Amino acid sequence: MAGALARVIQGTKSHLGLVGPLVNISNVPVRCQQTQAPPTKSQYGPLADSDRIFTNLYGRHDWRLKGALSRGDWYLTKDILLKGTDWIVNELKTSGLRGRGGAGFPTGMKWSFMNKPSDGRPKYLVVNADEGEPGTCKDREIMRHDPHKLVEGCLIAGRAMGACAAYIYIRGEFYNEASNLQVAIAEAYQAGLIGKNACGSGYDFDVFVHRGAGAYICGEETALIESIEGKQGKPRLKPPFPADVGLFGCPTTVNNVETIAVAPTICRRGGKWFASFGRPRNSGTKLFNISGHVNTPCTVEEEMSIPLKELIERHAGGVTGGWDNLLAIIPGGSSTPLIPKDVCTTAIMDFDGLVAAQTSLGTAAIIVMDKSTDIVKAIARLIMFYKHESCGQCTPCREGVSWMNKIIYRFVEGNASPKEIDMLWEISKQIEGHTICALGDGAAWPVQGLIRHFRPELERRMQEYAAANGPSKAERLY
Amino acid sequence: MLRQPLTRAIALSSPSRVAPLGARRYADAVPAQPEKVEVFIDDKPVYVPPGTTVLQAAAQVGVEIPRFCYHERLAVAGNCRMCLVEVEKSPKPVAACAMPVMKGMRVKTDSDLTKKAREGVMEFLLVNHPLDCPICDQGGECDLQDQSMAFGSDKSRFTDIHFSGKRAVEDKDVGPLIKTIMTRCIHCTRCIRFASEVAGVDDFGTTGRGSDMQVGTYVEKMFLSELSGNIIDLCPVGALTSKPYSFAARPWETRRIDSVDVLDPLGSNIVVTTRTNEVLRILPRTNEEINEEWLSDKSRFACDGLKRQRLVTPMLADSRGNLTPVEWEDAIVAAARAIQDCPPDKLLAVAGDLADAESLVALKDLVNRLGSENVYTERDFPLEGSGTDLRSSYLLNTKIANVEDADFVLLIGTNVRFEAPLLNARIRKAFIHKETDVAVIGPKIDLTYDYLHVGDSASVVKDLATGSSSHEVLKRLDAAKRPIVILGADQLKTQEGSALLAYTQELALRLQDKLQDKNWKVLNVLQRSAGAVAALDLGYRPGVATALAAQPRVVFLLGADGGVVTREQLPKDAFVIYQGHHGDVGASIADVVFAGAAYTEKRATYVNAEGRAQQTLPAVSPPGRARDDWKIIRALSEVVGERLPYNNLDEVRDRLGQISPALVSYGEVQDNNYFAQARALSKSLQKPVSGTLDVQLKQLEDFFMTDPISRASPTMAKCVQAVIKQKSSVY
Repeated sequence: MAGALARVIQGTKSHLGLVGPLVNISNVPVRCQQTQAPPTKSQYGPLADSDRIFTNLYGRHDWRLKGALSRGDWYLTKDILLKGTDWIVNELKTSGLRGRGGAGFPTGMKWSFMNKPSDGRPKYLVVNADEGEPGTCKDREIMRHDPHKLVEGCLIAGRAMGACAAYIYIRGEFYNEASNLQVAIAEAYQAGLIGKNACGSGYDFDVFVHRGAGAYICGEETALIESIEGKQGKPRLKPPFPADVGLFGCPTTVNNVETIAVAPTICRRGGKWFASFGRPRNSGTKLFNISGHVNTPCTVEEEMSIPLKELIERHAGGVTGGWDNLLAIIPGGSSTPLIPKDVCTTAIMDFDGLVAAQTSLGTAAIIVMDKSTDIVKAIARLIMFYKHESCGQCTPCREGVSWMNKIIYRFVEGNASPKEIDMLWEISKQIEGHTICALGDGAAWPVQGLIRHFRPELERRMQEYAAANGPSKAERLY
Repeated sequence: MLRQPLTRAIALSSPSRVAPLGARRYADAVPAQPEKVEVFIDDKPVYVPPGTTVLQAAAQVGVEIPRFCYHERLAVAGNCRMCLVEVEKSPKPVAACAMPVMKGMRVKTDSDLTKKAREGVMEFLLVNHPLDCPICDQGGECDLQDQSMAFGSDKSRFTDIHFSGKRAVEDKDVGPLIKTIMTRCIHCTRCIRFASEVAGVDDFGTTGRGSDMQVGTYVEKMFLSELSGNIIDLCPVGALTSKPYSFAARPWETRRIDSVDVLDPLGSNIVVTTRTNEVLRILPRTNEEINEEWLSDKSRFACDGLKRQRLVTPMLADSRGNLTPVEWEDAIVAAARAIQDCPPDKLLAVAGDLADAESLVALKDLVNRLGSENVYTERDFPLEGSGTDLRSSYLLNTKIANVEDADFVLLIGTNVRFEAPLLNARIRKAFIHKETDVAVIGPKIDLTYDYLHVGDSASVVKDLATGSSSHEVLKRLDAAKRPIVILGADQLKTQEGSALLAYTQELALRLQDKLQDKNWKVLNVLQRSAGAVAALDLGYRPGVATALAAQPRVVFLLGADGGVVTREQLPKDAFVIYQGHHGDVGASIADVVFAGAAYTEKRATYVNAEGRAQQTLPAVSPPGRARDDWKIIRALSEVVGERLPYNNLDEVRDRLGQISPALVSYGEVQDNNYFAQARALSKSLQKPVSGTLDVQLKQLEDFFMTDPISRASPTMAKCVQAVIKQKSSVY
């Protein structure tokens, strides 16, 4: 789920709890830390080849150490490490990089939380490679084709937060990715790039791979920590946040694979360079996954803030049957609300642009659905997924999602009362924001998106059903 | 699922279990109280220390926030979401049970957002709840019922048009005490947390995910704990109910009488629930000084023994030696005649484990008036040195609640877990939350926590006392700021008992003298029975061996069922009078039987192991023609011709107060003194010891049947059977 679940904190800023009282929490602009002059750009994308970070995204070149070195990985890593914590964190802050797992928390700020005075406990970096969000397939490309970017990123991120080790929690189904990553780590150890005196910088750093067992919820950062500790993957209550009490009770930062993997390049090319892409507060390049009813589904690195339509037409060969055949798009992985065609035409692919469209960037996994799609059934299938993956710990998610699942499958055939549409909306609102982690929110949003944009479709089905079979039983019961 | 307390969680990663956070908390080490923060609950300001949760802060101003999973004595789980409240400037409601207060926080427990959140959670909880309240034993005392009335919606939106039904979950078999109807479970995980935190049994947990999540024991297994019954009280719904009490009564039909438990030496506070003169069940009553809000399984479930094997009428042995029911006059006259014919030095009175202070003093006064000093208890205790003259020598001087503050506990020859389960729960609490360490001298037993085993030889105690031991325990004891030593009273019945007590006193007082905290008491002796302390306070002499050797002609057994007095030890023509409530060991050798009252049937004083006098209250009347114990002795005294000078309970208690004010200062416990004198008097008794220390109750199956009441209880018998069966299981 690659942290898309954690998106609820976009509004609340979980980590602000550490630095200040709740008062600041809704003060979203606090997170804006770009100090440079706003760029005057008005055109975003296409990204020039020279500006791509992931130059072996498609696996056309050697993924091992030799190939990685030829692409510039591990170049002057020692110098970066020797520049020290503050320099790295500052560069990240300048770059405006926001977490690529879905919540979009500013990475530089997140890392700086780790630099509080030590109380003797070790610190850990945990990399969330449990990419389980339906539609998302960006981290696996990094891990199987460019694993050294991730390993180097771990080292640099670890240095920035003073961590002694990194745990990469990789999804159980990713066998080849885990294998490639393990090879890359072994190569890096052998070349002295990590381990004792990493890159000759005098800094000791270990990287471990921990394979999950295939639970979506283990992509939630605290459930992931529990899982590494050998317990059931059930999210913890926050506070305390992982930066206080995380893995094995020690300060921990959990980052997405992509976030970590872009860090070395940012350090080498400078935060200013990274910030020059995209709109302010949404800067950088990003891996977009385009799947569904497009002519050439792909994963592509593009500039942030590129219009959705341009992205699809340039890289995915357009919607099957042309743009007019488009029905709706889920723009950020299965947990984000869908947007219908007219919204898609103007949507800007960045954090703020999609919030304006009442959806979210999430993991930037774009699921395109053309007019042949049974949109209700599609959303119902997603809800079934969330019902299956709910950990069962807290009430609203455990009971609410299975209830929603029951109702929405009746909506598919229309065997329901139009009054139940509002009821479903209310149930989804009763789940959203009431749970320990964000899986509940992720399950509620697709339903909300469906009702927001496809209410006539739902009503039409109910009318059809009533015409063919008489009034639904739900009409009488509810 | 269970989250270890923070300190433990950290300790897991450090091999030495020494928390790097400075987790140890002592009153003397705590720095100045941190400044309190001001928060507003519904605009009412309240000052609370930082780290307090919103729920606790609200409780301080009298605002109760509904909850299911939260429990003051368990770790915070935060999973029921019932306690969601609106906090100003927070976009979503927060879980009050887990959210620490922050300065200036404004909590709204009555706002629309809060109400809506509660209503929503309640609706979700009820979606898969069977709503079988009419056939549910929890009905009338169910948190879910009460809170859905107070906070739930007034209508149902549950439209199950396919009749697919609600979630159904298979029931689990966790033993003869707890009935499970798992379909009713709302997954609050209180039982899981209790089992792993308090009971120390990690058998409970969740399996499955989402709506398939189930609470259970992973594999079908009995809940092997002496505290298992408490999860019945903890369960907020009817998923865990009492098996022996199932379908017996509704809470509104019953009378509840506050009383005190006598089946272990701690005197846990209980509520006796009765209907139509029948004890239906026993529940714990909160007393922070003694049992918190827990109760051991024996105290809770042995109450069905009160209805079986009872002596309901006085009896007299006929010519063939068979006990036959007679009128009270006949029994008392027969006993009085025997006593009158007996020379005073051949008269012997022996008190048993469950004797109350009133009957003890009446019996002693009667025997004394007849010119005899022969009043004894069944339990032994050394009389050399200060003997039982100084209270400090036979009490839990540290007091039960203070055990939590100890930083090192040395157990000598006692299995606290089964002799005083709630004392063991306190030690475990200290072990878990305060990094207290425990060492044991005696057999290796399962105490539910790790301990250092120092050996099982009595000479270890001697080595520790004299400082000649090379074991690390000595260093730990010397370094401890608040050590305690608990000696099992069972060890004192052997020949070496006096020396063992002397060495224990020497060790404890040597440690106590060095302490900075001058009020801290190190020495503890854990008695085995509820009647022991009162008997010793009243001047009963412990141990009957010498008295039996003097060939008594008349023996008065006051509830003496320990099997210490047998027919074989008595002269052929000895006359045995038994007074008690159960037809147990004592009654079987008697010539006359007086039917007495059990602890639920009389207003009587019991003194617990720490010396705290408490009284039981009559919940039901004694069965048949059984009578209050002190009244029987008072009646006997009249016929014997030595009329006791008290006519009602108040006058008996005045007499108790004359002997020791501590016996009638109910609920209080006095600080004990004269430790140094006791130590000085015992110096000469420090003789070499060579025996090994053994305990009577080693396994769980030994725990359930230890006295006439629990021996008569079918439930306890089932427990023994079930435990033995479980032991043969592969799990």
